[in-house]
Amino acid sequence: MIRFLLNDQLVTLEDTPSDLTLLNFLREYKSMTGTKEGCASGDCGACTVVLAELKKNQQRPEPYTLPDTLQYRAINSCVTFLSALHGKQLITVEHLSNGHSAETLHPVQQAMVAQHASQCGFCTPGFVMSLFALYHNVSQESHHTPISRHRVEQALSGNLCRCTGYRPIIDAALSCCEHSAKDEFSANQAKTIEALHAIQQQSEGVDLGTPSLLMPTNREQMREAIKQYPKARIVAGSTDLALETTQQLKTLKTLISVSAMASMKRATKTESGLEIGAACPFSDVSPLILAYFPELSELIERFASLPIRNQATLGGNIANASPIGDMPPVLLALNASVVVDNGINEHQIPLSEFFTAYKQTRLAADEWLSKILIPCKAKGDLLKAYKISKRFEDDISAVCAVFVIRLKNGMVESVSSGFGGVAATPLTCPELAEKVVGKVWCKSETMQIGQAVLLQAFNPIDDVRASAHYRKQMLANLWHRFWLETSAQDNPIAVRVISSEQISEYGDSHA
Amino acid sequence: MVTAMRKLHQRSAAKSNQAKYQNTSNSKKHESAIRQVSGSARYVDDIPEPANILHAAIGISPCTSGKIVSLDLSEVKSSEGVADVITADDVPGHIDIAPVFDGDPVLAHKQIKFHGQPIFAVLADTVMHARQAALKAKIEIASDTPTLSVQQATEKNSTVRPPHFMKMGDADKALKKAENTARGSVSIGGQEHLYLEGQVSMAIPEEQDRMFVYTSSQHPSEVQKLVAEVLGVKLHKVVVDMRRMGGGFGGKETQAAQWACIAALLAMRNQRAVKLRLPRQQDMMVTGKRHPFENQFEVGFTADGMIEAVKHHINGNCGHSADLSDAIVDRAMFHADNCYYAPHCDIEGHRLKTNMVSHTAYRGFGGPQGMIMAEAVMDKVARKTGLDPLTVRKRNLYSTENGSETPYGMEIEHHLIADLIERLETSSEYWTRRKAITLFNEQSPIIKKGLALCPVKFGISFTAKHLNQAGALVHIYTDGSIQANHGGTEMGQGLHTKIAQIVAHEFGVEFDDVEVTSTRTDKVPNTSPTAASSGSDLNGKAVQNACLSIKRKLAEFYLSEVLQLKTANISHVQFISNHIQFEQHTMNFVDLIQQAYFARVPLSSSGFYKTPKIHYNRETGKGRPFFYFAYGAAVSEVSVDTLTGEYKVDRVDIVHDVGASLNPAIDIGQIEGGFIQGMGWLTTEDLRWDETGKLTSNNLATYKIPAIGDTPDVFNVELYPRANEEETIYHSKAVGEPPFMLAMSVWCALKDAISSLSEYKIDPDLNAPATPERVFNAIGKVKQ
Repeated sequence: MIRFLLNDQLVTLEDTPSDLTLLNFLREYKSMTGTKEGCASGDCGACTVVLAELKKNQQRPEPYTLPDTLQYRAINSCVTFLSALHGKQLITVEHLSNGHSAETLHPVQQAMVAQHASQCGFCTPGFVMSLFALYHNVSQESHHTPISRHRVEQALSGNLCRCTGYRPIIDAALSCCEHSAKDEFSANQAKTIEALHAIQQQSEGVDLGTPSLLMPTNREQMREAIKQYPKARIVAGSTDLALETTQQLKTLKTLISVSAMASMKRATKTESGLEIGAACPFSDVSPLILAYFPELSELIERFASLPIRNQATLGGNIANASPIGDMPPVLLALNASVVVDNGINEHQIPLSEFFTAYKQTRLAADEWLSKILIPCKAKGDLLKAYKISKRFEDDISAVCAVFVIRLKNGMVESVSSGFGGVAATPLTCPELAEKVVGKVWCKSETMQIGQAVLLQAFNPIDDVRASAHYRKQMLANLWHRFWLETSAQDNPIAVRVISSEQISEYGDSHA
Repeated sequence: MVTAMRKLHQRSAAKSNQAKYQNTSNSKKHESAIRQVSGSARYVDDIPEPANILHAAIGISPCTSGKIVSLDLSEVKSSEGVADVITADDVPGHIDIAPVFDGDPVLAHKQIKFHGQPIFAVLADTVMHARQAALKAKIEIASDTPTLSVQQATEKNSTVRPPHFMKMGDADKALKKAENTARGSVSIGGQEHLYLEGQVSMAIPEEQDRMFVYTSSQHPSEVQKLVAEVLGVKLHKVVVDMRRMGGGFGGKETQAAQWACIAALLAMRNQRAVKLRLPRQQDMMVTGKRHPFENQFEVGFTADGMIEAVKHHINGNCGHSADLSDAIVDRAMFHADNCYYAPHCDIEGHRLKTNMVSHTAYRGFGGPQGMIMAEAVMDKVARKTGLDPLTVRKRNLYSTENGSETPYGMEIEHHLIADLIERLETSSEYWTRRKAITLFNEQSPIIKKGLALCPVKFGISFTAKHLNQAGALVHIYTDGSIQANHGGTEMGQGLHTKIAQIVAHEFGVEFDDVEVTSTRTDKVPNTSPTAASSGSDLNGKAVQNACLSIKRKLAEFYLSEVLQLKTANISHVQFISNHIQFEQHTMNFVDLIQQAYFARVPLSSSGFYKTPKIHYNRETGKGRPFFYFAYGAAVSEVSVDTLTGEYKVDRVDIVHDVGASLNPAIDIGQIEGGFIQGMGWLTTEDLRWDETGKLTSNNLATYKIPAIGDTPDVFNVELYPRANEEETIYHSKAVGEPPFMLAMSVWCALKDAISSLSEYKIDPDLNAPATPERVFNAIGKVKQ
């Protein structure tokens, strides 16, 4: 059973196909055609809808009683399976306004009209929904500072418009969020919370999911599910797996969703570092990661788009074993490990040993990835994460390079690194450390030694994103950039085309 | 806070009779805006489906070039939910659906011309079943060696149409005598339209052999004609309805017809409603794109940067068939001069045939790929002479002093570009920023800035003369509400909004009293595509003419029947503020209509318009192909990371000429949107084919159009305050395509930044799109 609010109506699903996407559910099962299909791959945002989820009050100590706020998040309905909806309110564009006159439009819709921000209008419902989530998050903030253009760009990073050139959309976002008064959704919040809470209570002791879309809630159930359906795919955020049905037209007969596994949805700071549940959506864990690794802000904000980060998980990004995922290079450079579980035993594998071949890992057939452990870096360790892509936002890296260096009295004490886009799997470059440790960091020879190592270290391929030659050059030049950014004491020179204010602002933006 | 400072200059009327049109010059909201933001604006796939509908999918070629040896569709037919499968052999009428010349089969017939060419279509109960079934064909093709580049096609003399030549003076002789000469070449990438709404059609069979088609097309009349032809019926049996597209940009001018034809073929055979919607990846593989070009130039110039002679060698990669390529390469040739006079000029344009999807119309229609050569020439001359590129550009403008004859013999009549540039030079503080940037570059070893100003002159009219006509149909109902219909299509550009404004102005009624209905082939026949920026010029005038003919009847009725003034002059009757007026007499518009109805005055009229003055002789390469020119200019500033080739567009300033704007907000929307789309073409939009001819940038993860962060932080757009001298609708100018080419300033600014590494001595070779990798490689070459 999957139960959720579709706008303000309670929906119970018992028998929908496991691989039915939310977009097709809306358009084909519900004839709600306001939500559009632009690409069916999570790349354009025309299908954006908003999920409102119960959020327990952080101020209140455990055990909490009634959760008391709703968190609004934009997601791409085209790469979402219905398991993601359980216990939540799904808000679609049809629900935002009460009628078809200018007066009954939601403030974000009014702003879009006022700023002439729609032309062909096909992307517009998606933009409206992303804006709606932004508007709500802004209106719930206690400190009321005007929102920045950068934050608008972050909120709309997953929405493509081919007509307007975005300027009027940016103006619409800035103008409506400037006075983001409470809207009807805020007014109805108590009612919605009550309804969602009722769903939670009704779900206790009931099997979640459907016969073909299993939603185990603990390790034992998870183990059983895998045993019963050894060929079933495990799904977390679904942003990648869904492409097998929408793009490759595969039928995924049975799916096992980890989204109800409470133990895999916790992220905490331990004494030794961060322990991140593999099923945590990216947007949930990025504040924690950024609190300890603020240098990752740019890379994390350039990780796909906000709607994808609202769904996708760190576990998925690793278990997927793609050579061009953005987080594996970071985690390699930070010497992270993964925890692998079979429901009886858990064991730890260093990430550097986890990937075995293109899209292959050391996960056994009855195992799943349950946690990611990131050791804290020592004070004074210098970390930088760089990504090269054709487009700055929402693009897949041609090359990703992450460097961590520790200095002692100006000498290199240790170097660790992680790279994406250079081989069939994400890789580290141990030789870099071998050649550079012990050298004086601020000397340009040290930089050149590293460049020489990196030019030889990998044999990347030519593909649609970049040539092998460019990829190699980038490894050397990103190392050069790293050296420029970390070695100069007084007169730092500009090395980025985006401003330093922009880079520092990444950490401030809200999911 | 508002990001862009925009100055809306109310035009100063060029002619005294302009003043009365002032009230159309306001920024009405897009007529569908409220429905668009609330998700209730219907696109073809949103129309409630007829009860018995089936869904179609296409099966495509896995091979680039060769003969179909065998086609085993048994597994397709037996696949779950399948109702029917068709191939070219099942087409009762014409197989070829090419728009002008031959060569575009509705389904591949014996021969495969490009990778992904549709071979068969399958009909099933659901979209998924149809698409899954289409993967089950066993196709055997005897491959031959494909032609995959302009160079290969040139060597094989493989063309879709003969070349065309334009000549003025004696360029060869002048080049020999020139003080200095230089050569250059630019490889210019194509562009995927990436309309957010993909190709889609729904065909509903009606009585006997009649067919009703909903389509997302810029050219409903052509869809009607081709559907009739493939079905083997006359045109009057087919009705096409087109309310709105989710973007077109040229990609739904000829490219929409095939899907409508396939849907109609299946609908006729099965007597069921059929919908065919292409999935995005297939849409990108099987529909034509902007033509890639490989162009070369040779220029002779004086030490002070004056062009003495120029030769352009323009080579369009047309793909496997002619489609619209003849006119597209012509338009590239017509724009290789841009705003610059050359006393001696040779332009030759070749139309190369390759085993690629047939490249097609895309905003600018070849104009951008020709015009960029003029800018390449200017940059080259600037670096050779050591002059600032803007100085070289200004010196060579068409003017009464330099000369005003284009290479194709058309006289430039109104020299407004110099004034427009001067206005932009001042408002953008070009020279102050030039100094600051030079200083910045001296002190910044890694990041280099670049600055460039590029003008645009774009010819307005279809170069195929017969297309410069339009029809309209206007009805007034007895409550005074008005429906207007015309041959143009709405793809987001605001055409229907402008049309409603024109009708409201003509009758002096409220904008909301006018409804522009869907474009239908049974309301206005034999229409031209909504293309060549012509939508409001042509249809606006046709609608106005329809209004004028109703107004004449109403005025006569008012004077002779209501006021009983048999001899009064109807030209003094005015329709204003919801009233009809004559001297001191006045009457409410609704009352007038009701009385007119009872007095049996016709309240409906068609209207027609054809563009005057235009002609062109292909034999001589001379004529006046354009009614007028639309102008504009842009200054772009960029920062380039010389370690990686990454860059950012920091600031853009634009002054653009839309004549007397019909709707400044909509026009600014076209300018900003056109600019960003042009910037995408020249920067991140990188079409890639592998060595076998397969498109590898075939989805949104591998083909990157500008995202929201690519819009420059400072983006100033100003309308040039001058009415069109020609008699266009309220003296406005076309706006759809011209601003696209303003983005050349981004390409030139990138080159400027790279050139700074050579103390501005070298004009870097930078092919388009200038991806970070290409910028990086260009930096490497300059540093050598």
